[in-house]
Amino acid sequence: MGLLSKKDLKLITDPLADNNPITIQVLGICSALAITAELKASIVMSVAVLFVMGLGNLTISLMRNIIPSKIRIIAQLIVVATLVIIVDLVLKAFAYELSKTLSVFVGLIITNCIIMGRFEAFALANGPLRSFIDGIGNALGYALILIIVGFFRELLGSGSLLGFKVLGDSIEKTGVYAYGYENNGFMLLAPMALITVGIIIWVQRSRNEALIEDN
Amino acid sequence: MEHLELFFKAIFIDNMVFATFLGMCSYLAVSKKVSTAVGLGVAVIFVMAITVPLNWLLDTYILKDGALAWLGPEYAVYDLSFLSFIMFIATIATMVQLVEIIVEKFSPSLYNSLGIFLPLIAVNCAILGGSLFMQSREIQTVGLALNYGISSGIGWFLAILAIAAIREKIRYSNVPAPLRGLGITFIITGLMAIGFMSFGGMLTGGEEEVAKETETVQIEAVKEAIDIANNEKEIHE
Repeated sequence: MGLLSKKDLKLITDPLADNNPITIQVLGICSALAITAELKASIVMSVAVLFVMGLGNLTISLMRNIIPSKIRIIAQLIVVATLVIIVDLVLKAFAYELSKTLSVFVGLIITNCIIMGRFEAFALANGPLRSFIDGIGNALGYALILIIVGFFRELLGSGSLLGFKVLGDSIEKTGVYAYGYENNGFMLLAPMALITVGIIIWVQRSRNEALIEDN
Repeated sequence: MEHLELFFKAIFIDNMVFATFLGMCSYLAVSKKVSTAVGLGVAVIFVMAITVPLNWLLDTYILKDGALAWLGPEYAVYDLSFLSFIMFIATIATMVQLVEIIVEKFSPSLYNSLGIFLPLIAVNCAILGGSLFMQSREIQTVGLALNYGISSGIGWFLAILAIAAIREKIRYSNVPAPLRGLGITFIITGLMAIGFMSFGGMLTGGEEEVAKETETVQIEAVKEAIDIANNEKEIHE
C-alpha cells in the first residue's frame, strides 16, 4: 500500500475488528437491527452509510475551523441531513421497491449515532484526508456486522440469499428440504436480530479476552 | 376511542425500542442505573410531546403536497416533502436547545436532573423516528399527533426502565465472561421484545375470530362434500 501510510491503514482495519462501531463502540445500532431481515436491504443500507459517512466526515473536517463550537450539533445535523436527502432521492429514483422496504430507516441515518460519534470524536480534530479514511473505515465496520446479520437471518429465515433459493425449494421439497429441513420463520422477526448481534459479540469477545467487560 | 387505541398501540404494540429498535444507542449506554434511566426517559417523553405535534404542523401546513394552498391557490402546486428530513431534524435540534434554556431559567432543580441528558436527546433516533412515523402513518389531527408523541415517549421510558432494573440485578448472576455487559443486554432485550410481541393480539383479537369462523365454514363445506361423495358411493353399490 504505497498510497496509505501504516497509520492511515490502521484507521481502516481497526473498526473492522477490535474497535468495531457496533459491537465495541455501541454506536449505530438502531438502524442496524431493523432492516437486516434480508441481505439485499443490509447491503444497500451499508452502501448508503458508507456514502454519508465518507463525505460527511470530509465536509465536517473541512469546516472544522469555522463551525462555532456552541452550535456544532446543529451544523453537523444539517450536513448529514443534506447527504441523507441525496441518498433518499437516489434510492427513490433507482430502487423504488427497496426504498419502500427501508421506509423511515433511510431518514434515520441522520440520527445514526455512528455518524455523529465519528464527527465529534474524529472529524472535528483531524485533517480532511484522514477523516475521510476514518469515515470509510467505520462505515465498513458497520457494513460488516450488517452483512453478517443479514446473511444469517435470510439464510435461516427464508432459506435464500439475495432472493436466490440456495437451500432448494421449500414447497417442491428439493435440496435440503427433501431431508425434512424447515425454515425458521422466527429469524425474520425483529427480536432475533438482537439475539444474533448478541451472539456475534459473544464470539468476538471470547476470541479476544481483552474486550471483556467487568460486570 | 381513537385516542385510546393509538395510546395503547404506541406504548405496547409499536413500542419504540422493542418493535422498531429506535433510540437503541442511548438505551444501551444510559441503562446501567435506574435513576439515570428514569431521568433520560422523562426527558424523552418531554421532548417528544413537543416535537411530534410541532413537526405535524410543519408537515401539514408547509411540507406536504399542496400544503401551501393556504397562502393562495398559486402555491398549491408545490410539494416540499423532500425537505422533511432537514426540517424535522432542525426543529428537533432547536427545540432541544430551547427547552434546555427554558428549563435552566425557570426550574434549576429539574435542569439539574435532566440537564445532562438534553443534548443527548437531539441525536436520539427515537425522537426523529417518532416524527417520521407520524408522517408515514398519516396521523390525522394535531391532538392525535400530541397523543402519539407522548405515548411513544412513555413506551420508550418503560423499556429503558425495565432494562435498567434488570441490569442492576444481573450484576449478581453468573454470566459467561464474554457475554458480560453488552452481549447479555442484547440478548435480554431480544427476549423482552419477544414478550412484547404478544401484545400484538390486543387490538387484532376481533379480526382473528372472524378468520376462525370462515375456517369452520370451509371445514363444514368439505364435510358436506365428503358426505355427498359417500352417499353417491352407497347409491352406486
